[in-house]
Amino acid sequence: MSKPKVAFYWCASCGGCEEAVVDLGPDILKVVEAVDIVFWPVALDFKRSDVESMLDGELTVSFINGAVRSSEQHEMVELLRRKSGLVVAFGSCAHTGGIPGLANLFDRKAMFDEAYFNVPSVVNDEKTVPQEEYEAPEGTLTLPNLWNTVKTLDQVIPVDYYLPGCPPPVNLIAEAVSKILKGELPPRGAVLAPDIALCDECPRKETKPEKMSQKQFKRPHEIMIDPEQCLLAQGLLCLGPITRKGCGAACTTANMPCTGCMGPISNVIDYGMKALSAVASLADSNDEEEIEKILSKIVDPVGTFYRYSLPASLLHRYYQPAAQGGKQS
Amino acid sequence: MSDNDRKQFEPRIIAFFCNWCTYTAADLAGTARMAYSPNVRVIRIMCSGRLDPQFILKAFREGADGVLIGGCHPGDCHYQEGNYKALRRFTLLKRFLNMMGIEKERIRLEWIAASEGDKVQKVINEMTEQVRKLGPLKLEPASQLQPQNDRVSRVEPVTIAEGEAS
Repeated sequence: MSKPKVAFYWCASCGGCEEAVVDLGPDILKVVEAVDIVFWPVALDFKRSDVESMLDGELTVSFINGAVRSSEQHEMVELLRRKSGLVVAFGSCAHTGGIPGLANLFDRKAMFDEAYFNVPSVVNDEKTVPQEEYEAPEGTLTLPNLWNTVKTLDQVIPVDYYLPGCPPPVNLIAEAVSKILKGELPPRGAVLAPDIALCDECPRKETKPEKMSQKQFKRPHEIMIDPEQCLLAQGLLCLGPITRKGCGAACTTANMPCTGCMGPISNVIDYGMKALSAVASLADSNDEEEIEKILSKIVDPVGTFYRYSLPASLLHRYYQPAAQGGKQS
Repeated sequence: MSDNDRKQFEPRIIAFFCNWCTYTAADLAGTARMAYSPNVRVIRIMCSGRLDPQFILKAFREGADGVLIGGCHPGDCHYQEGNYKALRRFTLLKRFLNMMGIEKERIRLEWIAASEGDKVQKVINEMTEQVRKLGPLKLEPASQLQPQNDRVSRVEPVTIAEGEAS
């Protein structure tokens, strides 16, 4: 029997997830030994037609990273879904929307206006914006349609497993690959990471006070961060208590608060609301005005609590009372 | 939306009332036969501090046009400080919802003591009118956001027995 076939694909992402695969280091040779990588646009020269010519289900597993926000990405993930036995949402963007998901605070028009007209460094007197179709002498040229709304992978195609993280930690990737090869997978729909909050593996765990409250929230550039003490106790917005562990507490070890890329543990529906709830209740005051003042230090609640998960949230996107009835995707 | 539509629009408001004060007050309003607008669906919770902000978003997601929260007056909480926690969360949540484009009139926190049946009546009537003026909250259709994991077109995974992989 031939080796299992594996595909990697990227949608709306930064390329960091591809980097994470390479970060397997020498271990990647073991992967290459065990499987055939038959599609990986970032590293290998295969074309879409190569995937199209495969049988349905021929690919053992497709690792797809990035959120889905254009017609091209939609077509590609549909194609890979058809050709794959397993689809793994790889990384925060595919799992919960990720950083590109914050585009759901705006709509397509606002983004085009900003990128093509308003940015100070842009000179665009002719008001040129990309067109989806253009009649050239050689024929019609087309570009994919950029959606108004960024979606997670599982809002577009069925997903079998999730590998969280921005990017997913190398050890979790290696573990997932070996589980797939051995066929020792958990029930479908599982997140392939431990289901415990980050605090559990944080080296600062012991310094967490019994009762926590804050008169003043701080941002990392405003203080000298104590390298030993619990970051939340120092007034920093560390989202460790709400976030899944598995990253080896990479950020808190490097003296930075957790921003929540590993996503929620399994009993949380809406990551950002749980984070907001946890952080807001720390405000050390019972007076309405003072509470307002303490919490005003959290300048960007959406970007702070939904940094990686706005498309997966219950609200999903900015609500536009004025634009009702418009095309949403 | 035309004026005619707006007249016909009956807002749906989800009210989370705490067991010890506001829910009892709503009960009092009922037994005292104080009429208030029927647009409110009351959900009893043990304490306003039990109100997870996820519940509020879920209410909006599932079709509520407004969410009303009722708790004991500051200092009166049956559990000492649950209502203060509710106030802190509400303060940040309000700012968050504003950033997400949801009008501030759609969410309201009120302290209503067990004896204030008339306040229940007044708050519910006021809020119903405010939300009626705003019109329905139409989030992106939930059908677009459902995880697709139940779709049937999925191909069964090829199982690889141990040993074959190498």
